[in-house]
Amino acid sequence: MTESLPINYLTYPRGLRCWLLTLDHKRIGVMYLVSVAAALVLGLLFALLMRTELIAPGRTIMGEDTYNRVFTVHGAVMIFLVVIPGIPAVLGNFFLPLMLGAKDVAFPRLNLASLYLWWIGALFLLLTLAFGGLDTGWTFYTPYSTSTNTNVLAAVTGVFILGFSSIFTALNFIVSIHTLRPPGMTWRRMPLFLWGLYATGLIQVLATPVLGITLLLLAIERILGLGIFDSTLGGDPVLFQHFFWFYAHPAVYIVILPGMGIISEVIPVFSRKPIFGYRFIAYSSVAIALIGFLVWGHHMFVAGQSVLASTIFSALTFLVAIPSAVKVFNWLATMYKGSIELAAPMIYALIFLFLFGIGGLTGLFLGTLSVNVPLHNTHFVVAHFHYVIIGGAVIAFLAGLHYWWPKMFGRMYNQTWARISALLIFVAFNMTFFPLFIMGARGLVRRYYDYSAFLGTNPEFTLYNQLATIGGYLLVTGLVSMATCLISSLWTGRPAPANPWNAPGLEWQCSSPPPPENPPPPAQVGDPYDFSQLAVPATL
Amino acid sequence: MIGCWSNAVSIGSVVIAGADLQRESFWLPPPASSTAPAVDSAFLLLLGISTFFFALIVLLGLWFAIRYRRRPETGPLPSPSHNTALEVLWLVIPLGIVGVIFYHGFSGYLQLRTIPRQAYEIEVVARKWSWLFSYPNGHKDENLHVPVDKPVRLVMRSEDVIHGLFIPAMRVQMDVVPGRYTRAWFRATKPGEYNLWCSQYCGTKHFDMRALVIVHRPGEFETWLADAAKARETLSPVERGRELYRINGCWSCHSIDGTAGTGPTFKGLFGREVQFQDGTSSVVDENYIRQSILDPQAKVVRGYQPVMNTYRGILSDEEISALIAFIKSLQ
Amino acid sequence: MSNADHHLVAGAEGHQPSLAHHFSSHRQQYEAGKLGMWLFLLTEVLLFGGLFCAYAVFRANRPEIFIWAHQFLDKQLGALNTAVLITSSFTMALAVRCAQWDQRRLSAFFLTLTLVCACVFLGVKYVEYKHKWEEGLLWVRQFQPAEAAASLDESGTSDQQPRHAGIFFSIYFAMTGLHAVHVLAGMGAIGWVLVRTLRGHFNRQYFGPVDYVGLYWHLVDLIWIYLFPLFYLIH
Repeated sequence: MTESLPINYLTYPRGLRCWLLTLDHKRIGVMYLVSVAAALVLGLLFALLMRTELIAPGRTIMGEDTYNRVFTVHGAVMIFLVVIPGIPAVLGNFFLPLMLGAKDVAFPRLNLASLYLWWIGALFLLLTLAFGGLDTGWTFYTPYSTSTNTNVLAAVTGVFILGFSSIFTALNFIVSIHTLRPPGMTWRRMPLFLWGLYATGLIQVLATPVLGITLLLLAIERILGLGIFDSTLGGDPVLFQHFFWFYAHPAVYIVILPGMGIISEVIPVFSRKPIFGYRFIAYSSVAIALIGFLVWGHHMFVAGQSVLASTIFSALTFLVAIPSAVKVFNWLATMYKGSIELAAPMIYALIFLFLFGIGGLTGLFLGTLSVNVPLHNTHFVVAHFHYVIIGGAVIAFLAGLHYWWPKMFGRMYNQTWARISALLIFVAFNMTFFPLFIMGARGLVRRYYDYSAFLGTNPEFTLYNQLATIGGYLLVTGLVSMATCLISSLWTGRPAPANPWNAPGLEWQCSSPPPPENPPPPAQVGDPYDFSQLAVPATL
Repeated sequence: MIGCWSNAVSIGSVVIAGADLQRESFWLPPPASSTAPAVDSAFLLLLGISTFFFALIVLLGLWFAIRYRRRPETGPLPSPSHNTALEVLWLVIPLGIVGVIFYHGFSGYLQLRTIPRQAYEIEVVARKWSWLFSYPNGHKDENLHVPVDKPVRLVMRSEDVIHGLFIPAMRVQMDVVPGRYTRAWFRATKPGEYNLWCSQYCGTKHFDMRALVIVHRPGEFETWLADAAKARETLSPVERGRELYRINGCWSCHSIDGTAGTGPTFKGLFGREVQFQDGTSSVVDENYIRQSILDPQAKVVRGYQPVMNTYRGILSDEEISALIAFIKSLQ
Repeated sequence: MSNADHHLVAGAEGHQPSLAHHFSSHRQQYEAGKLGMWLFLLTEVLLFGGLFCAYAVFRANRPEIFIWAHQFLDKQLGALNTAVLITSSFTMALAVRCAQWDQRRLSAFFLTLTLVCACVFLGVKYVEYKHKWEEGLLWVRQFQPAEAAASLDESGTSDQQPRHAGIFFSIYFAMTGLHAVHVLAGMGAIGWVLVRTLRGHFNRQYFGPVDYVGLYWHLVDLIWIYLFPLFYLIH
């Protein structure tokens, strides 16, 4: 597929061994892309099984124990294998050094180690599937997780190892940004994607170890009976929730911050205008990262936490909403008076604004103390975080993938096909998850195998569930169409020029795909959002 | 001033939601408790604000995408790349708005969490996968009976994992945690039957762990409670056993009609020979049933998981005998 | 240091085996490694931070358990171990200093001394754990302190054993156990730089690994300095 192209990182050096032992951040990024995509397929498979079960009330295709395992594995795979490593490990790895003007990340071997740890962690999760399954929900709440007969140990080991993978990637990014910037690449000239990765890295480094120790304690609890989370032995099961959410809430920002960084790259390029309010966007990422550490208690408003604690956590939760709102307004202002081309990446960016808008605003409902009470643990929460995580992070990932695809693989994809896939994904996503808001508000509890008992007061739930299930299938169809469009471009697409979008970023200055060795940093680093020297490309 | 604005927004939301606070709404279930209106008004306030901002974002995005679409002859129009005053403005305005929302949520939450001192107390026990409600006169029931227009305090504990008591119509939700007591309260405003769900994932029958909330008309609650307590005293051992089977949640795992559940069915169990997981077998007699209630993991019937908790300290000897009599009767 | 320095130095140094290709100077490489190490130490602090939190929660809720149970810990052995670890931090610092000055033999000598101290620490820890094991002073589920508790009661130095007293030993074993694992990991790392020192890998320009391992070792030491009073010296 790439024979006709000059020497590049994909073709040189050849051989599987050279790939598996590579220290090149680009190859590691590509291997991460393939791995994360495979995990995504697995996660989607479980999502479809779950949705199929719910298409009709009562038993459809599986029993309740199977269903509990299916939603648990769906959650664990999607969170730990797909969305947390997603953007940083794939696009971050590939583009951070290129955008920074560095030859590689600071610790290439550690970078490769992080990929291997991901593989080992994924293997453990697969082993969990093969031996006993897992039925705790991805949150591993004690004492359920210490008393269930399913294979919690293998799963916890896997997630523990994945935590190290995540820490290694983050550590690499932070050190690279601090020490590998070439002269002229000041903090204020850094592309916003890198600011996003930097803020993400801070969270990964600070929060992941707490998940590590929590899961370690859970594992020892199961093996030895340590008792720290076991009320019959004098321990405290709610302490587990505090520890867990101290990681898992910031983890939401691990997922969304790099996505916001991508949107901040895509919107200026396809509006031909400098990003509006660079400083506010850059600093708001760091602000989200830091305040994000102080809001974990909003997952525990109904866990018996004191009124004072809940009040403080609610107030801080509202505070963390502000930087996100600022970013949205700044993106809109960037489009104002621009020259907007609705290429596939830009379509995804607009979809992001729509879906993340809903995800973020419904977050306000859940952050509001009184409103949280009837919505907690319902499908409203499920809908909310899918709007944030798919509507935000996954859509942003797709925006980034379509934006950088020509650079990564040296081929242009079919724009029309890509746009239609994007629209299908958009429509299907809303069809799948919007009904969940309504059912949740009307009281449908999450992680319920059957909703028959609700039909007496809410006969429309069957219809909503049918919509959601059909939407789910359409969503997967959209994703398959999107992937086929991109992958087929490797054979049928026309070769990509070095800078197909006429973008000002450093990563567009080398050939597509990039050579094995990154080009040396330019003598002069310009403004990453200065379009004045670049021609406006013709409409696609 | 703030209140005035939020009222205006609430009214706007009512229009969006296509309903008013008292009647059936598209979103939350019909309210049935004294605290529900505070929750619902905050919900509607949020619905109004977020619909406004969502529309703003989407309409601006669409309008810009159309109005400023790329044309071959023109590039981008001159416009500033930042404007500190404007940015501070759209940082401060949302800050003020979320301040208002926070205050509404906080005041409603205080109502939900401040239990009136004279409230009628009902003890709640949650376990896999059923509820048990104990009334001050000693009566126990698998459903929650409450008087209308009287505050009721629920003092809750769990016998195994974390559960969640959730009554959507009352806007009540609180986790039930092993090893500690949690409390919730509500004052029902409309007689009728409402659903109570388990909201915290607790395993196999999590979805089936529900109870009814029966709100009695004025005066009827006391009559019901007295009758229920009296009925218990006059029961035969088999009827007493049936009663215990019901209120202790045995039914959530053991059927009495022969269908397989999480545990073996009780129908035809007594006197049958059963195989255990360790390969041994024995005939089900009084002693085996007693052992299985007090030490359920000792001999688990083949094909079932060892998931049952002990009822030591929960059932008295007399109650165990009544249960045995009940199981004997199911031939 | 300004970024321009990197490139000036880079020109002078050219390519050396100890300089990875993606760094432009030894200084840049050293600083990257150092920052990476500090970040790693930060993750370690947070890893232990979870346990310190658990300690704080249980001590605040059940102070009587801590007062009662800490009497079973041997203050003398704890103090001895503290002294041993502080000494090892000192010898480690000297080893780093020698590595920076290109004194390989002396550096290797101090690294060996550090290793010896670490072994002594683990030896004392073994004696303490063995004693607890024999007395049944273990984590909650294995907590069967009948004899020890009885003897303590007779001597009149103790109140009645509080309920769930084993939770103290759960936390004790979790924290000191995780710390011991870190000591073991540290010994591995010291052994690694010791071998590299003996093979002459380090010089005035390239001594980063010794320095980083030194930082790690100081952290391990520091954590023990918190553990000692929190468990042994309770009033």
